Amino acid sequence: MWIGFSLLMPDCFSLSFLKDLHWCGVCMSVAPPHPHTNTDSFQEELVVRPLHSGDIYASFQFRTVWEADFSRGNKVSHYQLFPKSLGQVISKFSVRELHISFTQGYWRTMQWGQPFLPSPPGAELWVWFQDSVTDVDGTWKELTNVLSGIFCASLNFIDSTNTVQPSAAFKPLGVGNVTDHRFLRYATLPREIVCTENLTPWKKLLPCGSKAGLAVLLKSEKLFHSSFHSQAVHIRPICQDQRCKSTSLELRQTLNAVFDLHTSGQAKREWSLFKMFSRTLTEACPLASSSKIYIDITDNSQGEQFELSPASSLLSQAVVLGDRRTFSVYDLTDQATFGSTRSLNLLIRDMLRPLLHAERYVAGYGLQTGEIHTVMYNHHPYRSFPVLLLDSVPWYLRLYIHTLTVTSKGKENKPSYIHYQPSKDRLRPHLLEMLVQLPPNSATEVTVEFERALLKWTEYTPDPNHGFYVGSSVISSLVPSTVATNTSITQEQPLFSSFFPCKEELSYFVRVYTEPLLVNLPTPDFSMPYNVICLTCTVVAVGYGSLYNLLTRSFQIEEPSPGLAKRIANVIRRMRGVPPL
Amino acid sequence: IYLKIFLLLRRRGKLAALSIAAMVILVGVPLWWKTTQTYRAWLPVAQINELAKLQLQLSADVEVVFARGTATPEQQKKVPVTQTQDEDHAVDEDTTLRYRHETRYRTATVMEEDALKQPTAAEADLSLHRLSESPCGSLVIYVIPESSSLLPENVNVYIGQRRTALLRIGAQMKVGKTLKQLLAHLEPRVKQILQVMSFSHNDITAALSDRVRFSPDNKESIADSMRAFKSSPGYEITFSLLNPDPKSHRLHWDIEGAVQTYIQPLLTKLSPVANFSLDSQILYYAMLGVNPRYDSSRSAYILNADSLAHVINPVEARLGSNAASSNPVLNFLLYVPDAHHSPLYIHDHKKREVQTNAFHSPRWGGIMVYNVNGFYQTGTNFPVDVNINMAKVMGVFLAQLRLLLGVQSTAPPSSFQVAPCGSSGLADWELDRLMWSRSVENVATATTTITSLAQLLDQIGNIVINDNIAQQVSSAVTSLQLAVAELEVGNLGFALQYSKEAILASEKAFFDPSLLHLLYFPDDQKFAIYIPLFLPMCVPILLSLLKIVSEVRQRRREKQAKKD
Repeated sequence: MWIGFSLLMPDCFSLSFLKDLHWCGVCMSVAPPHPHTNTDSFQEELVVRPLHSGDIYASFQFRTVWEADFSRGNKVSHYQLFPKSLGQVISKFSVRELHISFTQGYWRTMQWGQPFLPSPPGAELWVWFQDSVTDVDGTWKELTNVLSGIFCASLNFIDSTNTVQPSAAFKPLGVGNVTDHRFLRYATLPREIVCTENLTPWKKLLPCGSKAGLAVLLKSEKLFHSSFHSQAVHIRPICQDQRCKSTSLELRQTLNAVFDLHTSGQAKREWSLFKMFSRTLTEACPLASSSKIYIDITDNSQGEQFELSPASSLLSQAVVLGDRRTFSVYDLTDQATFGSTRSLNLLIRDMLRPLLHAERYVAGYGLQTGEIHTVMYNHHPYRSFPVLLLDSVPWYLRLYIHTLTVTSKGKENKPSYIHYQPSKDRLRPHLLEMLVQLPPNSATEVTVEFERALLKWTEYTPDPNHGFYVGSSVISSLVPSTVATNTSITQEQPLFSSFFPCKEELSYFVRVYTEPLLVNLPTPDFSMPYNVICLTCTVVAVGYGSLYNLLTRSFQIEEPSPGLAKRIANVIRRMRGVPPL
Repeated sequence: IYLKIFLLLRRRGKLAALSIAAMVILVGVPLWWKTTQTYRAWLPVAQINELAKLQLQLSADVEVVFARGTATPEQQKKVPVTQTQDEDHAVDEDTTLRYRHETRYRTATVMEEDALKQPTAAEADLSLHRLSESPCGSLVIYVIPESSSLLPENVNVYIGQRRTALLRIGAQMKVGKTLKQLLAHLEPRVKQILQVMSFSHNDITAALSDRVRFSPDNKESIADSMRAFKSSPGYEITFSLLNPDPKSHRLHWDIEGAVQTYIQPLLTKLSPVANFSLDSQILYYAMLGVNPRYDSSRSAYILNADSLAHVINPVEARLGSNAASSNPVLNFLLYVPDAHHSPLYIHDHKKREVQTNAFHSPRWGGIMVYNVNGFYQTGTNFPVDVNINMAKVMGVFLAQLRLLLGVQSTAPPSSFQVAPCGSSGLADWELDRLMWSRSVENVATATTTITSLAQLLDQIGNIVINDNIAQQVSSAVTSLQLAVAELEVGNLGFALQYSKEAILASEKAFFDPSLLHLLYFPDDQKFAIYIPLFLPMCVPILLSLLKIVSEVRQRRREKQAKKD
């Protein structure tokens, strides 16, 4: 809180003090401070890809590399380009890798193809801790609370009931050889709603903020008026050089949006940066070592589909998700890019069908039992490939694991690896991981029955009739590629194609998220407790009252009352002093 | 026979009604009371009430050492003597203060005499320090002869870097012959030294501000008392370099080295008072909230003192709170104005340029403006590489840090000479003064917290008091009692330690989330739930009891009537 201020007056005391200080510096012959070896670098990138559905996909990536080694327990506290708030979190909680994403809307794989970086609807957080952490659960709890403060999100609702430790599906993406899944925590909040208040702190992490460079385009009013919005932060250790003797910390901030310009009232098939973001670019972030815009022109090599203006002579080819794509590149660090016009207009259609695709739904009727169906599609014409399916189901859906069936093309398909961890009521969710082989050109269906549990009345959400969310299934796979991939990671590669490390040349790594489920649980009438109290009390009171009457009342035979004549006679007799009749 | 049976039945009914009523009262009510009671652990209420009335006694040991030639042989025979001086202050009806100075007079040892023969006062101070290290909170005053060459002509008192002072004895005829006269002559001067080097009443009352409401005499003292941060077990110090114009300036600052050289020694010295953690960051495109005025006569931009209040708020949004701890943050910002608003100078209320080009905000931090015009040359290409002179910057920040941490700088009388503080930037006696006021402040804060917690728990009967809260409260009370006791004996280090523990435990108890659980579950709602059961059960019991009572009364009246 601001109270007031006062000037630092150089009074005689502080003057003498300052002099003295200089004296110290000179006479004590302090060893010269070691030169700065830590250098940070920053890159920014925007990929625009027209989708065959008529929508347009814009993907931002910002990459800050910090050449500081955390792994040996070094205390690093001087920040340049790397945001201080995240750096403090990483060093305090001994985080090795942190991946957090906030997504509004569902990525329609069948219509849009694969995203560069997949994310499930809602919030997703997965963290690998250093192996020096002893109380992983406690640290995880604290970390989620701190992150919820940093990103203004309800991550503090992550607790043991929605946290799992996947054994196979989530491997570290950075360098390092710790794969003991005791140090991994994974949680999703499918209900989380993403909005401006999450975008502002995310933008604050960028060195240039939203003042310069590509981040100028990130205007929340337009970004949230889109069919799909996803923002993420990925922190992982990477090699500093080819020999990988020391590691640096990489912070990747990604933001993906799918704009549906048909619904926004512009019937013309014409796109421009200004129409999408209501801003144009004027400069690169002066701190960025590279600042580029890539436009996917693979289907437009002859210029038959759309026209780019201003045209760029720079072309680049990159293998993304098993497909060789051609991009038109605009380098923002080059002043020539900002010629007379500063906007890009483009049109396009058609693209590849994704090889791997999945969907999920709840079947059954009534409020007692149900069945979860997960359908995974392999659209490859002749190759089969294995996928890892990860399912985390809350405890209030009691899975009957004996009813688990996996069928492909009408035949049973036996998973080669199953890791199942049953739930504990109010403590932890079910965790199901399976390695399933998907035959070529097929749909594989995984079904499991469940029973809905009755919750305690305080455990219901404020709007229980809306239903309860079950997080997306995660399907991770190495999909056979039709194009050879370059496995050595070099600096020249665009950011969007270099996130997932590739081990084999003929396949690429894909992670697919299914829809989150919305399941109705039996919901009581919440005024019922009071009604029950009243009713029970009334019954008890009636029973008690009659018993009480029986015990305390005395019964006697009532003598028939004498007639009127007799009563009058008695009155007269009493007056005369004669005993009554 | 009918009558007999009738009477028997009536008596049985009465007995049944009475026994049911007895059952309800003896078993039902206690059972209901027991099962619906909130759990409240025992709290040391009596001790807390005792603490509400705070009687603090601060004791400091003072040694006055006579060097050769300052006391006559007759006087020397009578020493060592010990004198105790008490000074009582009633701050308000609940708080009383007593300052006790135990002064011990003795003659100097041979080694001390040797040390005093050094050519300069600073060297004498150092060699006296090597001889014996006086404990925290105590003082040694060496009385040196009038003719001593240690001090310059017009200086009577030299205050060293440690816990020693040199005092020049006055002219012989003023001093007097007997020891009594000598001591009477020295007393006011010793008192003056104590005012500077040890706790003063002003500091202590300022430290009590949490407990006692003051009406300070003037604005100056309000500003003084509000400048320093509140006592806390830890502080986060953040240095931020604000570069609003990365296109024109490429700034390099060697913060790591500067912190090691300038700030760390001070913090190491202050480590008994609090834990400090240091970090730094560079913020780009961070602007000040006000537009500086252009002064064409000086071709410079001017930031007026009146507008400084609006500078911080917009910057603060970018600074980011510390995610990893809840300690107070001291912010130090180095602002390099953009090329179009440069040079930028800060003007004070009298429209004069502030020499350091810096200002500080109480309990928040400091801002320094660093102009880089010197690096612009005709025809230079932007961006300009700028190496920041960290010695200049850190000098200002260090002075601000001392102010914000509450290191008091009272102006000593003119005849005093204060030794320049050494490489650590803080003299031992300054640390002692800080520790005195911090201990008192911690004790004051912890007592207020604990008493208000006890009051709250007393007022709202619904709050559950768990065992861990009771334990925190009792440990806070114990630490408080220990801290007060240690202050009384003059063990400053222990007193500060215990007062810190007390504050931690009391805050932990006060902010425990379990205290909030039943705060808003009012009694009327509870009884609304009980009424459907209690009303139908109690009405027949009450009615039959009334009936029995009225019958008994009637029978007694009849008996009376019969007797009459």
